[in-house]
Amino acid sequence: MTMAIDFQTLTFEYRRSSDQNGDAPLHPVVVIGAGPVGLATAIDLAQQGTPVVLLDDDHTLSSGSRAICFAKRTLEIFDRLGCGEPMVEKGVSWNVGKVFLQNELLYAFDLLPEADHARPAFINLQQYYVEGYLAERARELPLLDIRWRNSVTGITQSDECVSLQIDTPDGPYTLRASYVVAADGARSPVRALMHLDAHGRTFKDRFLIADVRMKADFPTERWFWFDPPFHPNQSVLLHRQPDNVWRIDFQLGWDADPVAEKTPERVIPRVRALLGPDVEFELEWVSVYTFRCQRMDKFRHGRVLFAGDSAHGVSPFGARGANSGVQDADNLGWKLKWVIDGDAPDALLDTYASEREAAADENIRHSTRSTDFITPKSDVSRVFRDAALRLAKDCVFARRIVNSGRLSTASVLHDSPLSTPDRDAFNCVLVPGAAAADAPVFSAGRNGWFLQRTGSSFAGVLFGESSDALIALKDLRPQMKLVLIVPAGSDVKSREGIEVLEDVKGLLAQRFDAHPGTFYLLRPDQHIAMRARSLEPQTVREALARATCALNETQPV
Amino acid sequence: MMSAMLDTTLRLADPDAFYEALIDMHRDLGNDDSQLVNAKLILLLSNQIGDMTVLREAMLIARSGIAAAVAASTASV
Repeated sequence: MTMAIDFQTLTFEYRRSSDQNGDAPLHPVVVIGAGPVGLATAIDLAQQGTPVVLLDDDHTLSSGSRAICFAKRTLEIFDRLGCGEPMVEKGVSWNVGKVFLQNELLYAFDLLPEADHARPAFINLQQYYVEGYLAERARELPLLDIRWRNSVTGITQSDECVSLQIDTPDGPYTLRASYVVAADGARSPVRALMHLDAHGRTFKDRFLIADVRMKADFPTERWFWFDPPFHPNQSVLLHRQPDNVWRIDFQLGWDADPVAEKTPERVIPRVRALLGPDVEFELEWVSVYTFRCQRMDKFRHGRVLFAGDSAHGVSPFGARGANSGVQDADNLGWKLKWVIDGDAPDALLDTYASEREAAADENIRHSTRSTDFITPKSDVSRVFRDAALRLAKDCVFARRIVNSGRLSTASVLHDSPLSTPDRDAFNCVLVPGAAAADAPVFSAGRNGWFLQRTGSSFAGVLFGESSDALIALKDLRPQMKLVLIVPAGSDVKSREGIEVLEDVKGLLAQRFDAHPGTFYLLRPDQHIAMRARSLEPQTVREALARATCALNETQPV
Repeated sequence: MMSAMLDTTLRLADPDAFYEALIDMHRDLGNDDSQLVNAKLILLLSNQIGDMTVLREAMLIARSGIAAAVAASTASV
């Protein structure tokens, strides 16, 4: 067990680096910004053996709870990075949301209606805890060099490298890197220094966040009100966080005064109206915000890759900000490693941009639609919204039109150039480009979870009790981990180079629509690269080459 | 042949895309024009449905819960 640390007041010490003495070496990767996205990227690289420098212009974690909803896919990624467990332990797990119109419950929804997944649909956890656990994990990695109070003041790049001008308490120095990841937030200084811009829509609405500390008996669910009596004509969102903290989000409208609305004299009566006169509470954190749905036209600019809020921004409805940023990190880490190690051409990094630009478009589309529903932009739009809300109690279809936020799930990388299209028929929700599904497994006398056993390399996953076909892939190790999925109770044991996992409940076979002989190739980020009803080594080699942009034109396709 | 019942389960493959298209249809229109566009849309869809039993049921659900404000004023005439 880790000792309870107050992540809100924790400060990190600036340390002088030997690079500041001049003649700095060429670093493979410098990551800028020690938020969730930068930390995740740096941890992924360092734990896979790539040295990485992580810069942050500050020396504290997130101030205020900020992003609080971390999705199942994000937790699976944090599991792979070695810090999912403390987050889930500390966080408040939830799967159920409820939507109210005025005083009346319209309907409830369950985001994870099937059992047997390692992680819940969501945990709520203050961003400073998430960053704190990531920072603790980062500290365990000798290849990860975090430099606090190092702010970037200049950036230039050539064909060979990127040069960064850094300012520190000891004065400026120059840092050189083969690649730079700019994970420096919505106001990205790197983006500004490179004279780049993000384009999109600003929404004319203001929202008040009131984080309130209190003992309350609301269930651990997401509650969303349209037009509640305690805050008429606007929406309100209620969420539980750890430490008896509750997030309340009040829609204020565009005309609200952002400074006055932050004062306790204004905030306390709003909270009091929701909770009633008898509940004791104290304000933990208050913020008034507006938002834009926007993204950079391109996430890659030469040797600089933009990830997280610097690259794209969404409305908070749907929890698609931090969660999509961590998926950026997940997508980018292995690609940087393969390119830096010389195992894949630089073009692999173009697919980081194309895959995550498409994901950002999807996130922006969902979040824009939610915002347009919550804040109608015209009279007729409001009439339709109210009509959908009034039908929702009795008519099931209308519940699917009501939109209080479409919550973050793993992006399916449709049309990815790295995916090998199906040749065989599969009948399940998984498709090439989708993140693999989880299910319970049993191995070496222990119960576990499939997604926690695939590692951070490619994984060749064969179903059935014969590993003969997998042996033909032996020379692809260590770039590929070989996994055999056997039925419950099988006496086939793991052996040199092949990990055997028992599909204890038969759910892996079901979720992957697998028969004996079915083969899946998973990317290091656990997205499906290819699958087939039988394992043909040549097809797998081609799929691996395609998934790493190494398929040259002379090879048969 | 027996008339079908109104189906209130989800039949739209992508309800969010439908709703976005519906709202987009009204872009840049004033209220009078929006009302006209909505009326035309209802007539078109009604003709497509064709089944009077289904249409009457939909009208009933659409009207339910809306108070008849006119009744009092007609009574006083």
